Amino acid sequence: MGWAIAVHGGAGDISRSLPHERRQPREEALRHCLQIGIKALQSNLSPLDVVELVVRELENIPHFNAGRGSVLTSKGTVEMEASIMDGNTMRCGAVSGLTTVLNAVSLARLVMEKTPHIYLAFDGAEQFAREQGVEIVDSSHFITPENVERLKLAKEANRVQIDYNAQPIQNDTKKEAPCANGDSQIGTVGCVAVDCHGNLASATSTGGLVNKMAGRIGDTPVIGAGTYANELCAVSATGKGESIIRGTVARDVAALMEFKGLSLKEAADCVVHERTPKGTVGLIAVSAAGEVAMPFNTTGMFRGCATEDGHLEVAIWSDAEI
Amino acid sequence: MGGWAIAVHGGAGVDPNLPPQRQEEAKQLLARCLNLGISSLRSNASAIDVVELVVRELETDPLFNSGRGSALTAKGTVEMEASIMDGTKRRCGAVSGLTTVKNPISLARLVMDKSPHSYLAFSGAEEFARLQGVEVVENEYFITPENVGMLKLAKEANTILFDYRIPTNGYDTCGAGVESPMKMNGLPISVYAPETVGCVVVDKEGRCAAATSTGGLMNKMTGRIGDSPLIGAGTYACELCGVSCTGEGEAIIRGTLAREVAAVMEYKGLGLQEAVDFVIKNRLDEGFAGLIAVSNKGEVAYGFNCNGMFRGCATEDGFMEVGIWE
Repeated sequence: MGWAIAVHGGAGDISRSLPHERRQPREEALRHCLQIGIKALQSNLSPLDVVELVVRELENIPHFNAGRGSVLTSKGTVEMEASIMDGNTMRCGAVSGLTTVLNAVSLARLVMEKTPHIYLAFDGAEQFAREQGVEIVDSSHFITPENVERLKLAKEANRVQIDYNAQPIQNDTKKEAPCANGDSQIGTVGCVAVDCHGNLASATSTGGLVNKMAGRIGDTPVIGAGTYANELCAVSATGKGESIIRGTVARDVAALMEFKGLSLKEAADCVVHERTPKGTVGLIAVSAAGEVAMPFNTTGMFRGCATEDGHLEVAIWSDAEI
Repeated sequence: MGGWAIAVHGGAGVDPNLPPQRQEEAKQLLARCLNLGISSLRSNASAIDVVELVVRELETDPLFNSGRGSALTAKGTVEMEASIMDGTKRRCGAVSGLTTVKNPISLARLVMDKSPHSYLAFSGAEEFARLQGVEVVENEYFITPENVGMLKLAKEANTILFDYRIPTNGYDTCGAGVESPMKMNGLPISVYAPETVGCVVVDKEGRCAAATSTGGLMNKMTGRIGDSPLIGAGTYACELCGVSCTGEGEAIIRGTLAREVAAVMEYKGLGLQEAVDFVIKNRLDEGFAGLIAVSNKGEVAYGFNCNGMFRGCATEDGFMEVGIWE
């Protein structure tokens, strides 16, 4: 027993030849956020407070696809979404379609705590944000040159697809456009934490899918898909939204533990390696007993974790060669 | 074993004082929708087509809370949402925040079949609707005088919700005993609009599908999304079963109710009815909800922990029933 925390900055086709200048800032950022979370746990903040705090930090860092640094819709705008869940009470909050709210995860928490609802979206969510007096900025704040470039490349790739394929888009061609520089575009950020009493919480936040249609909602705000926490574990997933939604990924980890008696690691591995298609999903999870699991079936997943006994790691790919 | 099966619902949480005439109208509508589904199934339609067809019928009829006849937001407008799932490959589609689309469930299906995404909402969904050429109407089309009256009552109820002078109506409450009138989702049962309509089907080939549609919670905040469009919460279908839920959105979401039925069948090996009973009994705590489900073996089941659920079910061997109360 003891506290444990894990963070992620997105799973996807992260090329091992990712240049140093694209790796290092993200690894630094993960380390930095992990430290914030560790200090918070050491100061006895609740896991719910910890995951919110850490995800806020990840949202503020422009290297990840959440908050500032969010990928852009096909219209060149940002539409951010997030969710948060408290394992003890199983209360949850979610938001979608945010364009000016500095920290989506905090608004999700306010939905959970200050409304009779769980999920608010688009204009209604923006209105609620103003009523709550949360920090609002011009939506240009979230847009980075990197993402403007990503959108351009994605549109070009789509144009090629359309030339070859006059049919309406079929279900099985739902995929993210390839990105020339090998950067993962399938992003989200997330944090899961457990304190020494076994209290669990999870939070996930994202800008969504590059070149997405306006109004597109992914797995991140869907409780049971991108985020879940109960008395057994807390889970935050990342990867291809559709796979995570239809696979009810976050919930399934907990369900396997509960109904089949699997351990955290077994359950997480089962969901990622046996129950979702390769190349689609990664997740971070902690259990009430203080264990951590971070499986992924993509090329890589930006992640980090720490436990009370002093273990700490930050990694991208799957073997010791980080 | 085997053969087709179908179930429909018009919402859980029914005013015990609902006038007999309304009860009759509801039962007739449920029977009509069942028969529509049954004819299709007999003509070898696939489960996914049948659930869409039946829910369209429920949306078009103003009686239940979906499409026309939807509950109103705090601003007096209609914002509709729906989701559909095809058990065969667990493909899914969902929509929220629709204001002009005549049949939300059909747009959800188009999201599934014709868009690169699974879930579209608000103006993005409305734009997609126009691109797809679906039937759109003015928002007023969906608003019924009855619901305008209900909204007014709901607003009044919200301001006096904790007033001890509210009469208790003298009927049993389910769940924890309360001294105030029976409530669902914070509203007295007399103004609560049972949220959602839904349909689950298993066809002759053993394929399951589920669909759910709603106007949502009476007097909801603009932008509020409930359980109906959330895969795993209000709707779920896989190889084993198809499930559609209704009731208190929060309870259904945190309980991932629809997914739960399938999970206990798969991970605990429970049969359909056992799974439904287990989930209703163990996954709702103080929340009130109901659900309908079918299995790939041709079984049909339903369960609810509140005082009523508008529902109907039928199986290929000739069984058919329509009901409201326990």
